[in-house]
Amino acid sequence: MKLEIRDTPGQLVAALKPISDLGGNIKSVIHERDPLNDSGFLDVRILLEMPEGKIRTLTDSLKEQGVNVLRINEERLLIRKSVILIGHLLHTDLSDTVDKIDNTGFAEVGELSMIMPSLNEPTSAKMTIISENLTNLERAMNILKDIAEEKNILIVEPLEDF
Amino acid sequence: MKIAILGFGSVGRGIARIVAERETGLVITAVADSKSGCIDNNGLNPLEVIRAKEETGLCGKKGVTPEYIIKNADYDALVEVTPTNAETGEPSLGFIKLALSTGKHVVTSNKGPVALNYDELSHIAREKEVQFKYEATVCGAIPIIQTLQYGLAGNKVKKLYGVFNGTCNYILTRMADERLTYKQALLEARELGYAEADPKYDVEGIDAAIKLVILANTIFGMKKRLEDVEITGICSLTSEAIELAEADELTIRLIGEIDNERGTLRVSPRVIPKDHTLVVQDTLNAVTIETDLAGEVTLIGRGAGSIETASAIISDLSFISNCHDRSS
Ligand SMILES: NC(=O)c1ccc[n+]([C@@H]2O[C@H](COP(=O)([O-])OP(=O)(O)OC[C@H]3O[C@@H](n4cnc5c(N)ncnc54)[C@H](OP(=O)(O)O)[C@@H]3O)[C@@H](O)[C@H]2O)c1
Repeated sequence: MKLEIRDTPGQLVAALKPISDLGGNIKSVIHERDPLNDSGFLDVRILLEMPEGKIRTLTDSLKEQGVNVLRINEERLLIRKSVILIGHLLHTDLSDTVDKIDNTGFAEVGELSMIMPSLNEPTSAKMTIISENLTNLERAMNILKDIAEEKNILIVEPLEDF
Repeated sequence: MKIAILGFGSVGRGIARIVAERETGLVITAVADSKSGCIDNNGLNPLEVIRAKEETGLCGKKGVTPEYIIKNADYDALVEVTPTNAETGEPSLGFIKLALSTGKHVVTSNKGPVALNYDELSHIAREKEVQFKYEATVCGAIPIIQTLQYGLAGNKVKKLYGVFNGTCNYILTRMADERLTYKQALLEARELGYAEADPKYDVEGIDAAIKLVILANTIFGMKKRLEDVEITGICSLTSEAIELAEADELTIRLIGEIDNERGTLRVSPRVIPKDHTLVVQDTLNAVTIETDLAGEVTLIGRGAGSIETASAIISDLSFISNCHDRSS
């Protein structure tokens, strides 16, 4: 997310402290002189990552500290997980599997690439599932696992914590 | 310290060779294979026993049985290196119990009895004030048990995961490097002696699962059986699947995993970055231990082989003779 504040003396320090206190990660701090702004102060743009759900707490504590918050631009990061599927994917109707995940409303299939083997050999495919948060990604993965078990498809998952 | 060796195959002979070639402070007083045995309480000549075994198929005289040796030979520690039986642990289980209950230390590379009956065996050992050690059962030459019991003492282990089966790792390495099919790679592994005639235990993930059970029960105090491990082997992996992974600088490895916080054990093929520490080549093993104080510790080394496995046995024996041998 992007946080823009007015840099009156002391404000930058006051703004940075609650960010790190809440487990946020500051990516960059950019001072920008606004040509339309003749107040003599600098506007500061801070690019940072915050754990989900902590943004409201952050703005509250910034306000408490009297930091002049100009704008908050919140960008939701999407979480993705790619798995490899092996099985008779076409016979078992792959598009049905994709639909089941897309229809959940909380996750979708982002990419799907496939390599076709010789006739009657199992097909291998790489499927990327995208969701807004970890919980929903796991829910989607469980749906995929159920389908895989039912249709006798092997799922090769990534080793977590790369 | 005097030792008696039960089982004179690849590992048993590896031990005898090391004892013959370097100063270990060990004296071999008895050896048995499946059909014969020999005893000399003043010490056998290890190279002569190896020669006899290689020339005649027998290490000694018929009728000198493991039970006879356990009860009658003069030794401080029994080295139990007979074949693994994952279902019952026998006959090794009986040999180990007999030796422990007559007050002898036991060192083994045999996974069966340790995976199935560790509680009972360590109980007998404690009662008799002797040592029961099994470093060689998990990851061959890698000192994983020693590291967990002593090196990382005081740490809480959160997770432990890695490559526990050299045969599967060899097959997956060859499938990735040479675009071999699973069947071709398995055939090659067999020709090189890395895979058994019946490779089921390795490729179905059972061997890796047994090693997880051993670590879970002996180090983490769990009460797991083989049936408690979620197991997927590598038999249905395709070369296309590896090709898909490689397109993103990833590859596939068979990973065994203990989640000590959730108490779960799992063996499954996993997608993993090609430059990951656990992506080792050929028959190597590699294990990462995630701890609260030391952070991550990764051990990499040879998971099998005659001399490599014997190295772990010799290490256990040295530990016993340095720290616990009452006769010295
Ligand atoms: N090789 C490795 O790299 C490795 C690594 C880790 C753990 N291990 C474990 O170490 C153990 C030994 O492996 P290995 O590779 O040495 O096996 P191996 O080469 O097959 O040798 C087994 C030996 O045990 C003997 N034996 C079989 N049944 C017996 C019985 N009832 N009483 C006495 N001796 C008996 C065999 O006798 P004959 O010679 O008469 O057939 C043979 O000498 C196994 O449990 C294995 O799982 C091996």
